Amino acid sequence: MDLLKLGLYEQAILMFAAVVLFTSFAMLAQARIVPLIHIFAWQGALLAITAALVAYVTNHPHLYFSAALTLVLKALLIPWLLHRLTVRLNIHRDIEVLRFPSLIMLGGAVLVVFSYSVALPIAHLASGTTRNTIAISQAVVLLGMLLMITRKKAIAQVIGFMSIENGLFFAAVSATYGMPMVVELGIAFDVLVAAVLFGVFFFQMRDSIDSFDVDRLNRLREVDEPPLPDVTEKET
Amino acid sequence: MIALWATLLLPLTGMVLLALVGHRRSAGWINVSINGASLAASLWLAWTVLHDGPLLSTGKFLYIDAFNVYLVALTAFVGFTTAIFSRTYMQHEVDVRHLSRARMRLYHSMFQGFMFTMMAALTTNNIGILWVAMEGATLATVLLVSLYRTPEAVEAAWKYFILCGVGIAQALFGTVLLYFAAERVIPDADDALAWTVLYKAAGSLEPTVLTIAFVFLLVGYGTKVGLVPLHNWLPDAHSEGPTPMSAILSGLLLNVALYALVRVKMIVDGSLHTNLAGYLMMAFGMLSFLVAGLFLHRQRDIKRMFSYSSIEHMGLMTFAFGMGGPLATFAALLHMTVHSLTKSAVFVTVGHAAQIAGTQSIQQIRGLIRTQPAVGWGLLIGTVAIAGFPPFGVFTSEFLVLTATMKAWPWLTVPLLVGLAIAFAGLFRHLHPMVYGEAPAGQLPVRANMFPVMLHLLFVLWLGLSIPKFLADWFSQATLLISGSSPL
Repeated sequence: MDLLKLGLYEQAILMFAAVVLFTSFAMLAQARIVPLIHIFAWQGALLAITAALVAYVTNHPHLYFSAALTLVLKALLIPWLLHRLTVRLNIHRDIEVLRFPSLIMLGGAVLVVFSYSVALPIAHLASGTTRNTIAISQAVVLLGMLLMITRKKAIAQVIGFMSIENGLFFAAVSATYGMPMVVELGIAFDVLVAAVLFGVFFFQMRDSIDSFDVDRLNRLREVDEPPLPDVTEKET
Repeated sequence: MIALWATLLLPLTGMVLLALVGHRRSAGWINVSINGASLAASLWLAWTVLHDGPLLSTGKFLYIDAFNVYLVALTAFVGFTTAIFSRTYMQHEVDVRHLSRARMRLYHSMFQGFMFTMMAALTTNNIGILWVAMEGATLATVLLVSLYRTPEAVEAAWKYFILCGVGIAQALFGTVLLYFAAERVIPDADDALAWTVLYKAAGSLEPTVLTIAFVFLLVGYGTKVGLVPLHNWLPDAHSEGPTPMSAILSGLLLNVALYALVRVKMIVDGSLHTNLAGYLMMAFGMLSFLVAGLFLHRQRDIKRMFSYSSIEHMGLMTFAFGMGGPLATFAALLHMTVHSLTKSAVFVTVGHAAQIAGTQSIQQIRGLIRTQPAVGWGLLIGTVAIAGFPPFGVFTSEFLVLTATMKAWPWLTVPLLVGLAIAFAGLFRHLHPMVYGEAPAGQLPVRANMFPVMLHLLFVLWLGLSIPKFLADWFSQATLLISGSSPL
């Protein structure tokens, strides 16, 4: 694919895809909570801009609506909710100790390569841009998962979860010009409810285990592992 | 058409109504009556579809055929009996655990919310909405899993939320890919996710894209089915939530997730002309079946044990659907029915047993048959039924699966038989002391309504002895739809 031969629109889409991917990596490296939320908000804003651009160029007016929905939900409302939660729970100054940061970044790079290889069979179907955007959206999904795996703080996991949703939305916008309206509304509703429920969960976690460290959620396990100290039963 | 809308709107109204009055003592009755009304509506719907054939609403929004209408009826029926059980059970829980009024409101409202998402997932014709409803089912039940607010319950709910959320996100990616393929073939973009349209156009969909899409859909909906290795949320969520929740999660949610998987498999098969999707489902199903059977032996918690049994049975169904062919599909449909009926009956009994013993630990549940014979016998017969003993229906369907396997894949019968034996032993090694052991001093019976259990087990027994004609016709219509030919 010759970049110079692409039209301005394709180049812009590619650039936005690259920046979205960059924000995913930035989240992976960011150990402090509030900047992490900010990067997440930026990713949402980039998605909204991409959707609006696709709507303008390809003349799909319903995508303007998705763009507005994304801007409100992913770039403003959910980050604001998360930010308010961190302040109310007094965890906004927390810094998470990232173990093996360079290894995580390398792992992320491997995931991107892997996504491109999965998207290879789709290549002959679509223009170069679509192939890139499908690969990148899949990479964003996988990087979100990597973020969830490498973090111990519940709030970082929530952000990983939401960034997976971002990757899916990016795929829907760039590869298929958005899903049918009713489906998109349903998905947005689910995301919103999920965000609210996560907020409820933080309070439940604080009240029950007095921590936001998901490593502390380790009471439920299979029997072969060493029994918990407060269980005093014998095998009969 | 009225019946169709009634089955959808009744639970939705119930959700709103119970969000307002769910804390009252009478809320249990309201819950029962709404579920009763939905059951009536769904039976009416089933009767209409059985006589007049498939039903497609205007705008291609809802679609009912032989396959989903029987699941609608089953879902409404299990919801109704579980609501009957839930009334006395939750009253006991309120007294013992001091659940606040707000939590009871949440509980009752979300019970109906869950029923609504199940009905929406089953009746919709749009595979995007199917995804939204499946995610909605997670959202509706996640706060119920953590209803007791113990550290264990919060942990289970968090695991459930994160694992199912991430899992089901894969299914959305699969749906996007499916839409990507469909959009090139189907002129009207709004129809490109309608199942009926996709099914007709399946032959012209791009096979490579659909293969990738199916892998994502299998991982996504497979998480909700509880397929190994994506099953970790299931035993936790089942064991820590209130027991009526375990009954409907096991009896309904897993079925509906499998339904979603089979629906997309039908489209993918039409495009690929190979059995690739089937092979994938067979492998995952067999793995889940064997692993869950082994895990049955290692359990300390009675609800965890039976949730592993659910994984095992879901594995068997996935395997049978994957194998395809009329006999295997018929067996899988029958197994879906008898498993939900039996497993929800078992969970109801287990709920009462745990209330009698005051704990869910298998080690401490003793002598049920002495303290409360109805619960003891219920647990014994329920376990016998779920383990696949004749003359119960589970035996019939497992036998049919074995027969179909023997025809198509003779050497796979060996692991199936071994797995069945392992699971059987795993259930029974724990059962005997719980039912017949010496009852601890001072163990008292609880207020239990064993009517749902008896009704379910009678149905399962009936299905084991002879499948009534209308039900057999129904199953064979659904089989014809899924596999292309009829077994009868």
